[in-house]
Amino acid sequence: MPTVSVKRDLLFKALGRTYTDEEFDELCFEFGLELDEITSEKEIISKEQGDKKAEGASDVVLYKIDVPANRYDLLCLEGLVRGLQVFKERIKAPLYKRVMPNGEIQKLIITEETAKIRPYAVAAVLRNIKFTKDRYDSFIELQEKLHQNICRKRALVAIGAHDLDSLSGPFTFTAKRPSDIKFKPLSKTKEYTACELMNIYKTDNHLKHYLHIIENKPLYPVIYDSNGVVLSMPPIINGNHSKITLNTRNVFIECTGTDFTKAKIVLDIIVTMFSEYCENQFTVEAAEVVFPNGKSYTFPELAYRKEMVRADLINKKVGIRETPENLAKLLTRMCLKSEVIGDGNQIEIEIPPTRADIIHACDIVEDAAIAYGYNNIQMTLPKTYTIANQFPLNKLTELLRHDMAAAGFTEALTFALCSQEDIADKLGVDISATKAVHISNPKTAEFQVARTTLLPGLLKTIAANRKMPLPLKLFEISDIVVKDSSRDVGARNYRHLCAVYYNKNPGFEIIHGLLDRIMQLLDVPPGEKKGGYVIKASEGPVLRPDELP
Amino acid sequence: MAAHAPGAGSGSGCSGAGRDTPSAPGAAMADGPVADVLLRRLEAADGGLDSAELAAELGVEHQAVVGAVKSLQALGEIIEAELRSTKRWELTAEGEEIAREGSHEARVFRSVPPEGLAQSELMRLPSGKVGFSKAMSNKWIRVDKSAADGPRVFRVVDSMEDDVQRRLQLVRGGQAEKLAEKERSELRKRKLLTEVTLKTYWVSKGSAFSTSVSKQEAELSPEMISSGSWRDRPFKPYNFSARGVLPDSGHLHPLLKVRTQFRQIFLEMGFTEMPTDNFIESSFWNFDALFQPQQHPARDQHDTFFLQDPAEALQLPMDYVHRVKRTHSQGGYGSQGYKYTWKLDEARKNLLRTHTTAASARALYRLARKKPFTPIKYFSIDRVFRNETLDATHLAEFHQIEGVVADHGLTLGHLMGVLREFFTKLGITQLRFKPAYNPYTEPSMEVFSYHQGLKKWVEVGNSGLFRPEMLLPMGLPENVSVIAWGLSLERPTMIKYGINNIRELVGHKVNLQMVYDSPLCRLDAEPGPPQTQEAA
Repeated sequence: MPTVSVKRDLLFKALGRTYTDEEFDELCFEFGLELDEITSEKEIISKEQGDKKAEGASDVVLYKIDVPANRYDLLCLEGLVRGLQVFKERIKAPLYKRVMPNGEIQKLIITEETAKIRPYAVAAVLRNIKFTKDRYDSFIELQEKLHQNICRKRALVAIGAHDLDSLSGPFTFTAKRPSDIKFKPLSKTKEYTACELMNIYKTDNHLKHYLHIIENKPLYPVIYDSNGVVLSMPPIINGNHSKITLNTRNVFIECTGTDFTKAKIVLDIIVTMFSEYCENQFTVEAAEVVFPNGKSYTFPELAYRKEMVRADLINKKVGIRETPENLAKLLTRMCLKSEVIGDGNQIEIEIPPTRADIIHACDIVEDAAIAYGYNNIQMTLPKTYTIANQFPLNKLTELLRHDMAAAGFTEALTFALCSQEDIADKLGVDISATKAVHISNPKTAEFQVARTTLLPGLLKTIAANRKMPLPLKLFEISDIVVKDSSRDVGARNYRHLCAVYYNKNPGFEIIHGLLDRIMQLLDVPPGEKKGGYVIKASEGPVLRPDELP
Repeated sequence: MAAHAPGAGSGSGCSGAGRDTPSAPGAAMADGPVADVLLRRLEAADGGLDSAELAAELGVEHQAVVGAVKSLQALGEIIEAELRSTKRWELTAEGEEIAREGSHEARVFRSVPPEGLAQSELMRLPSGKVGFSKAMSNKWIRVDKSAADGPRVFRVVDSMEDDVQRRLQLVRGGQAEKLAEKERSELRKRKLLTEVTLKTYWVSKGSAFSTSVSKQEAELSPEMISSGSWRDRPFKPYNFSARGVLPDSGHLHPLLKVRTQFRQIFLEMGFTEMPTDNFIESSFWNFDALFQPQQHPARDQHDTFFLQDPAEALQLPMDYVHRVKRTHSQGGYGSQGYKYTWKLDEARKNLLRTHTTAASARALYRLARKKPFTPIKYFSIDRVFRNETLDATHLAEFHQIEGVVADHGLTLGHLMGVLREFFTKLGITQLRFKPAYNPYTEPSMEVFSYHQGLKKWVEVGNSGLFRPEMLLPMGLPENVSVIAWGLSLERPTMIKYGINNIRELVGHKVNLQMVYDSPLCRLDAEPGPPQTQEAA
């Protein structure tokens, strides 16, 4: 769940009132947010690097707010304020408009070389914007939040924002050999080739995480203006030439990526959030993107979609009885402008470009329920009549566990994952003979395989409890996993029972007696005849008490 | 049999307060001759007497007197005994030997005849090595290295004073205080002296003092009953402050005791248990079937254990797979879909299931294929796996509890109603619901309960209505809703048993003593030990 950090006083100013921490926490809860932490820059630095380093840092109060992972429209102060103000009916949701420029439209031309590495791009222009320090910081922070979440750490989409007045279109999005790309990147004083940059950024704590996206590709994506100035080398870094500053008035935004849908959503979110500061509030200047096949599209889409939902469906899914008019009002409070139409039971809902999370009627139902207030919903019990059954294997396990304890044995609970060594080398078995399933991405050796026997876990439990008085009598009834090509996934569980007796003298008769007792409990008679059990000597590197005949 | 009156401390020395172990032997010792003597002496004594002095006078072990004191104490106000500790110097075994036979250096001196002795021969004497260097530094002897047949030792003085022996003899005679502090500490360094702390009792008459104490019986015997002598015999009172003997027994694991209770709760509510005995799952059932898109962060290598062998699921229900593919990539069933290129290879990837919801998806798919639709209530409690960063509350595997109800026309209000009943059975009555986001439920709700200890609302579970994009491709009827909720088994268990580090609860590093000592799991009972009238 992403966390957005906002200055408390700035937030209250934008909301037009102040709250106590408790009041604001309550408001968040109701709206589906979580006031996670109240802190300050000073406190954060002091916690991470010690009081010394924190000296002189700002002690402006910060609210850290957890935002649901699909609500990209709440990832910055501007969006949070807009959402809460509409929710509290203090303002109406703005109408976002795409406008054509007075002069020539900005063009971004995609060449076919991008196809194999980063085939999609979208763009837009924020005209006559006015930044302040706080707005600028929020603009940068929103890009970072989008990069971390919907953009999947820039793998799916990367955002670049540029001072349009420093550039001259049309722009070209192409891909070139790294050695052929040379430019002065953000906050560097000289030019580097792409190869050099990739080396430099290997030690950059922020950028090193993105290098792998293009590192091993023969061609790197790059955007030029008509004079050959590099705007950016997505998804790594922008050029320094077109860097935006507090004085920037016209911003050219490009989003490149491998997922077209997400690139369009990301662009919509940025321009809807920050067109608030444009001279013509909430209007965005269109840009044209020409794809390699010659087709050209205009962005941002800023598409409004109409959905039709019957009022009784909402009532039936939530468990309330509201009039269609009231439901429309509730939805409007969630930035979903709604009205009752047709037979008086139909609600027409307008999904704004900020709400890409609304993909089905059930999403609309949820918003109605949130606006109604989850905790105002009448709790009722479903009349669903059913007869309960236990899963037979678990039923037997439960019965047997209790009788194992009654026989004086203590239950252990050990891990299902372990090292290859645990199930093979240490037991004197070759790993290939175990039929174990292997994990491809374990962070440590403890998670290399799923166990094929319960014995190692019990032995490790004994080893960790050597200070306990003897004897130790342990058992476990749990699942092991082995490969089995007859199953759809190629592996299956088996329920095993394993018991260990540990004392100064071996006491084989005790574990033997336990086995007899288990057989007695399972109603299996001793003896060779059919349905009976016998114990036979076998040759093996280790005794396998969990493998009953 | 409850604990009877305390016997004499059976431990070493004068350990002070008696250890009231019920099995301590020698309960009758107090009634022996020592106790009698003690009482008679006390009757004659002016004020009181010291237990160590009495032992010395009687020539018995001090322990015997202590035993008598404790037995008499147990009888009531017969005597009063005050514990005192005194320090005393005692000879070590080596000190005793020197007090008897002289110091090593003196013994070396005496063995050197006037005509001298070969050094090699001298070194072979029992006191040779230690005594030689001491006698040399005392300048009692000298070594002539130029002697014809090797170095030879001669006396320097005709006679000497064995101060070490003399001092040790003083200490043995109880006159250690006559030695200077420096002399004592030198002898202690040579490990000839040691300072011992003696715990003694200063015994005086009690308010019910009497010399004629009749012997108390510790236990009732068959003979006493048959002869009727029990009527006249005094019995020792039971010692209720001592601990009893715990019976030998086996124990169930606390986490699994809690699991049993959760199963019980579900069964009481009419929920049928789903099969979950398949730790290995395909990405299809774990994610795709739940309408979780293929680029979702949970499907990352950092969060999920994928399998190298068997790497891919061989069989998938292809008809259903196509419906799932279409819903993800193009939408349908009233959905816009996610609009991305859905890949079968990605769905085939095997993994260790990250939630038991994968098993719920299989169960719902089976349900959807059975016509006509019959309403169900399902539950499961089993292991799930996450390739996460580990800390005090996170392991790579944990148990997930999941409840599912499918019926016509279920509402969010129904979900809340079921949750209220479920949590009431856990002893949690104050509930609050927060809007939340889950990829496969909509609407979604986090469940919070008010924690009395922390004085705040804490999250206790997650819930919601499964998305139509998950249910309709399975073939469930359109007006059927499925409500579901989940929580971990570990968290409520850690809160219930007051465990802060999950490794103390799960895995081989578990403390078996904790398993032995853990109480019954009564989830709906008030927290803390049950209060009985006697205990209050």
